[in-house]
Amino acid sequence: MTDHLAMPKSWHVETKPHKFCPGCGHGIALKILGEVIDELNIQDRLVFGVDIGCSLLAWDFFDVDTVQTHHGRTNPVMVGMKRANPDLLCIAYMGDGGGYAIGSQHLVNSAFRNERILAIVINNCNYGMTGGQMAPTTLPGQKTETSPYGRDAETTGSPTLGPEMVAAIASPGAYVARGSIANIKQLKRFMKKAVENQIAGNGFSFLEVLSSCPTNWRTNAKQTWAFVEDEMSKYFKTGELRTPDEKKEA
Amino acid sequence: MTDKPIQGEKRVFMTGNETLAWAAVAAGADIMYGYPITPQNEVMHYWTRMAPKFGRKFLQTEDELSAGFTTIGGIMAGSRAFSATAGPGTTLFQEPISMAEMMRIPLVMAILQRGGPSTATVIYSQQEVNMMTFGGNGEGWRVVYSTATHQELYDYMIKSFNTAWKYRFPTFVLADGYQAKMREPLTMYNPEDRGIEMVETERFVGLPGVPGTDRPPAHHRNTFSVEEELYEATMPIQKEYEEMSEHVVEWEEEDVDDADIIILSHGVVSRAAKAAKNRLRAKGYKVGYFRPITLRPFPEKALQKVAGKCNNFLLAESALGQFARPVKEALFNVPVNSFETIYKPGVGFTAEELVEKIESAR
Repeated sequence: MTDHLAMPKSWHVETKPHKFCPGCGHGIALKILGEVIDELNIQDRLVFGVDIGCSLLAWDFFDVDTVQTHHGRTNPVMVGMKRANPDLLCIAYMGDGGGYAIGSQHLVNSAFRNERILAIVINNCNYGMTGGQMAPTTLPGQKTETSPYGRDAETTGSPTLGPEMVAAIASPGAYVARGSIANIKQLKRFMKKAVENQIAGNGFSFLEVLSSCPTNWRTNAKQTWAFVEDEMSKYFKTGELRTPDEKKEA
Repeated sequence: MTDKPIQGEKRVFMTGNETLAWAAVAAGADIMYGYPITPQNEVMHYWTRMAPKFGRKFLQTEDELSAGFTTIGGIMAGSRAFSATAGPGTTLFQEPISMAEMMRIPLVMAILQRGGPSTATVIYSQQEVNMMTFGGNGEGWRVVYSTATHQELYDYMIKSFNTAWKYRFPTFVLADGYQAKMREPLTMYNPEDRGIEMVETERFVGLPGVPGTDRPPAHHRNTFSVEEELYEATMPIQKEYEEMSEHVVEWEEEDVDDADIIILSHGVVSRAAKAAKNRLRAKGYKVGYFRPITLRPFPEKALQKVAGKCNNFLLAESALGQFARPVKEALFNVPVNSFETIYKPGVGFTAEELVEKIESAR
């Protein structure tokens, strides 16, 4: 039984408390990832790649070899690394902008080629680091700095369904799931299976995490939680979309 | 049975792209990442044919951004990795190149210049000089070898891996579509057979031991929080670049001591310049020849020294002053009597036109 109150062993203690805003979901996602790293005992063969945006704040988060790359380019850096040295475990960690906007071609083609890496996209419905602009995942009607009157699907499109898109194009052996910081037990199961899928070398692994951004949402604790649990989960359904044996947890 | 791709010295007649692929094989390159663009394609064609025979790898990416960043990933994993591109591909490559500059990643590439701006021609130009020397949002922390012959393509492709891995600055062979596509003779060799030791590669990540327990974790970044932090990070890089410069700067000069005019050129144009100089010398004209081989770092001191002997210049390039710019900068504060230019963006030079140009003015 994991002690959720303790810091994961793989965390870099010197950089704690971490740099994310109070109430941000990154800390929860990275806590779970830390626990998975510990449980699978992979600290010595893991490379953690972080994108630009809030994810870059994790550049010194773990006692794990880490590379902070450019916006949207974490997938190709991890792909190149994995191709050169398949013994490494490579995790590309990014936000929804890096995954679904500026780096979408890399995500799509990594999935097409069934690259043996794990891509994790933290979906918080906006660009956090740059101050709360509309993201590919901003919900219809949601107000952001660049959709001040609410996102209009007519002119800006509908929120990107990342895992659904990846699941539609992924090859056999792929693992695709969406979890949420609102259900950490499920999220941890998904995270662990996603990492295990890379260890097994089955195929591309992809995990989206529904996360929170109270700073840019301008929400208090209650409203923040309500947005993640009620608003986001209505549009973004959690569950497994692809597994190597095609048995899925809804 | 031997693992040497080339047995002894081998005289061959081949295209420049084939030459570059062979040079990468001979240099012990482990993996190439690339995206199709003319006139670079055959570097990949030959590499993909040879790679399995010599246990090397290849990945065709979705675009040049990905080709650049996957190459960086391969290098950080400890591989002698490289790529090749041209034109609009060179534009996209500026992003990964700037990351390589900031993070001291020994990125190696061959650039086969084509016409610009935009898609332009797939054939030839010298219009990627600005981009390759000072592209990206940085300070030009690159080494750029501008080659003129297939022998140089071979020699400098091998040398690029060593320059990059020794000094940890991205290093490029800057050639062009003419060099890519034409065939000419050259001698291929294994670097070791000529006493050239290939600099060992090193891993940036995946080092032995458990991070945090046996060793500190490798934390690589290119983002900084405040101005001073960035300044502290960049100034040592600039210092190292300057210290490296005197060791890597290269140029070629002929008949400059008694010259009353010197032809300035680089890359394949220098072949026309050298031939013109020789023909004019045979006719009794005192013509000299100066050609930077490294466009970054630029052989400023060598050029200034030459200008002390002769300060009449004719500069020829297949672009609108991209090569003239660093030349003029080097000659700043140096007395220059005359400085003529022939700019032919995207168009090549013959010795005849340079001979005529100089003869008609005499």
